Amino acid sequence: MSPRSRNRATTRRHPPAVVFAALGDETRLSLVVRLSDRQPHSISQLTHGSRLTRQAITKHLRVLEDAGIVQSNREGRESLFELHPEPIDEIRQYLDLVSEQWNQALARLKSFVED
Amino acid sequence: MSNQIEKKIELKAPISRVWRAVTDYREFGEWFRVKLEAPFLPGKPVHGNITYPGYEHLRFEAVVQALVPEHLFSFTWHPYAIDPSKDYSHEPSTLVEFRLEPASGGTLLTVTESGFDKLPSERRLEAFRMNDGGWTEQMKNIESHVTQKP
Repeated sequence: MSPRSRNRATTRRHPPAVVFAALGDETRLSLVVRLSDRQPHSISQLTHGSRLTRQAITKHLRVLEDAGIVQSNREGRESLFELHPEPIDEIRQYLDLVSEQWNQALARLKSFVED
Repeated sequence: MSNQIEKKIELKAPISRVWRAVTDYREFGEWFRVKLEAPFLPGKPVHGNITYPGYEHLRFEAVVQALVPEHLFSFTWHPYAIDPSKDYSHEPSTLVEFRLEPASGGTLLTVTESGFDKLPSERRLEAFRMNDGGWTEQMKNIESHVTQKP
């Protein structure tokens, strides 16, 4: 990764509450899906095909950006938005870890009560 | 993405047996691997030393919430509170719930853990650190436990 594209989204840690809250909205989830091609998109592109206004989409993008899930770079007069999935991956990995611990504890409980 | 974990497991044992294994503090300690110092009582904290090989220096600390016989047992705790020198008591905790239902031939147990959205981010880092290198060892422990007590 070039030093230029390393913005605050990559350096700051994001509280889980902010990431969960950012993903807990259908419009924002659909934006994440649209951005999952990992290409930079303009606000016009992201508004196209949506029933929401450009302003509304911009607001949702800023929420995602504050949670570190997307990052924007200015290109001339417009901002281009790109997915930055690390905060999502990190939370998912953490939940996988806790989940695996429960699998193991419950497997031990099973052999404990069934023998 | 859901901020809770849910597990369902069917146990070939009567509900009374499962209830005892889950809520008798000595039996709980057997399979959860913790040596608890006192019984579970609603609203009361419980403490004990983890007996999981390699993690014996860690403490289990929880506060019992609900205790509805043969139906619901729940406690709050601090998952991965792995730094013995740190006081976690002021941090948000997660809620663990055990729900028991009769099922054909035994008991359906549902375990949920919720509230992960409230946890501080550093906790996730600690969890990863804890698992670094320790994971392979844990898998071996479980394997030997299972083969010794089939």
